[in-house]
Amino acid sequence: MRLIFEKSRQGISQSILPSLDVPKYKFAPQLQRKTAPRLPQVTENDLSRHYSQLARRSYGVNTGFYPLGSCTMKYNPKIDEEIAALSGFAAIHPLQPPRTVQGCMQALEQTSRLLCEICGMDEMTFQPSAGAHGEFTGMMLIKAYHRSRGDFDRTKIIVPDSAHGTNPASAAMNGFSIVNVPSSADGCVDIEALKSVLGDDVAGLMLTNPNTMGLFDKNILQITQLVHDAGGLNYYDGANLNAIMGVVRPGDMGFDVIHLNLHKTFATPHGGGGPGSGPVGCKKILADFLPSPVLYHTCCALDFAAPPQSIGKVRAFWGNFSVIIKALTYLLTLGGEGIKQAAQIAVLNANYLKSLLADDYDLAVPGICMHEFVLSLERLKKETGISALDIAKGLLDCGVHPPTIYFPLIVHEALMIEPTETESKETLDEAAACFLKLYRLAYDDAQILHNSPLTTPIHRPDDVSAARNPRLKYQF
Amino acid sequence: MSKIKEGIFYTDSHEWVEYIDDIAVIGLSDYAQEELGDVVFVNLPEIGDKISAGEAFCDVESVKAVSDIIAPISGEVTEINDELADNPEMLNSDCYSAWICRVGKITGEGKLMDAKVYGKFLVEQE
Repeated sequence: MRLIFEKSRQGISQSILPSLDVPKYKFAPQLQRKTAPRLPQVTENDLSRHYSQLARRSYGVNTGFYPLGSCTMKYNPKIDEEIAALSGFAAIHPLQPPRTVQGCMQALEQTSRLLCEICGMDEMTFQPSAGAHGEFTGMMLIKAYHRSRGDFDRTKIIVPDSAHGTNPASAAMNGFSIVNVPSSADGCVDIEALKSVLGDDVAGLMLTNPNTMGLFDKNILQITQLVHDAGGLNYYDGANLNAIMGVVRPGDMGFDVIHLNLHKTFATPHGGGGPGSGPVGCKKILADFLPSPVLYHTCCALDFAAPPQSIGKVRAFWGNFSVIIKALTYLLTLGGEGIKQAAQIAVLNANYLKSLLADDYDLAVPGICMHEFVLSLERLKKETGISALDIAKGLLDCGVHPPTIYFPLIVHEALMIEPTETESKETLDEAAACFLKLYRLAYDDAQILHNSPLTTPIHRPDDVSAARNPRLKYQF
Repeated sequence: MSKIKEGIFYTDSHEWVEYIDDIAVIGLSDYAQEELGDVVFVNLPEIGDKISAGEAFCDVESVKAVSDIIAPISGEVTEINDELADNPEMLNSDCYSAWICRVGKITGEGKLMDAKVYGKFLVEQE
């Protein structure tokens, strides 16, 4: 397929603007550009075809199996979009007086109440724009909490080695130093290692449960208790909430503060970089520090106010409002039972697919998984030379989107597979057949896999030279 | 089998360190570069950085992932290998010549292995 610049022909595009009938405005010289922008010139019809062709070449959750799962984006029901587009939600302005947007404020309050119930939290802010922003905000809350008690010596945040890379980054951005604790052989937190780093210099622990290995840490109550006993707080990374929503609550596991990814768990789209939404929920002890403003009830209406010891704003206005409406629609259409069922089926689907693959592929950790599982292709690579990357490329030729590869970092040649709750048994069977076919191909004719994909518009790009010598714009 | 250079020391996270007088030279072992795959970017430390044994002090990016480089010793960075910034592939092609930095004012060292012990360690890893 040719690029739009390659399709361009000088003089072919026409201006469809009417001629100017108002006085010309002259910008200051430093604002005037000296040369015209080098925009491609194509006809409207060709332009339309160009983008339709691009769209046809794209692949997403609406095209086929997409085992990146809720970690990236699960299927988003279309009704969520329709409700968020209603003019009462879509055509408001953030500077409108509260009395004129009471309905929208009620929607915020209702979403907050429902999400707090799911997480076992007391209060919530919707300001953070996405997960890592939520982590950052949560870390600010923990810092503000310790400081408010006059405790300035808690400078460390404990992060397990299986954590998302954003965790240590969010803590470090708040001035904490990071203490890594290793996982034990079963993929969960090593209790003895945790004990050895706990002390009165620990501000808190950041944990994802189920973790990135797709395992629910069975020692979770002991872990959070140990941190509390040392005077620290527990932060829950909600990246994997999809596995447990409606079944077990982070608040009951001993967590004090949590971020959710509405764009992961609560079915709002964020492909292409946003907008996301990373609300932060907390227990009462942290509520006074929440970002300003929060909702509160006057005698007869809802209004905004700053919490007494607020950490300030972490974003303008009230967060990505339309994303919150999509999440609310998702919550209300599924209901309490539906939310629980979604989590249960997500776990069932992952275990079903895992059982289809486990005879051939090696599991990183044996046993029942939660919503996702990790394969290690280390042995396959040794025996055949076929790596996780080769299998991923081979899947493209099967018409299946590859799963996450080379993550978590603690597993060599990792494939992390998360089918989510919306895939049918037939889809999972077909996907498993593709995975198994490629496994056999690795032994029978590895060269085919080294060359794949062969059926996609772009074959295997040279990602090494692309990364070393990136060409980020069209070379005229 | 990964190449192991004699006369220098190794960490269990696969960095090498060579002592030349009172200066320590740090790089990545052959096993490390094989596991990383093609290195596309090296985030070098800065001269004057204080590094401490067992803690990350810089990172390298391969086509797979970004990985921390763990300091084998404690001390202060006195020199960095600027050439790696433009030619990160040197870490793959000649890992025992492609040093990352030199460290002086050495105040301590982590758990280091000589070539023989490291060789055994690699066999156990397999």
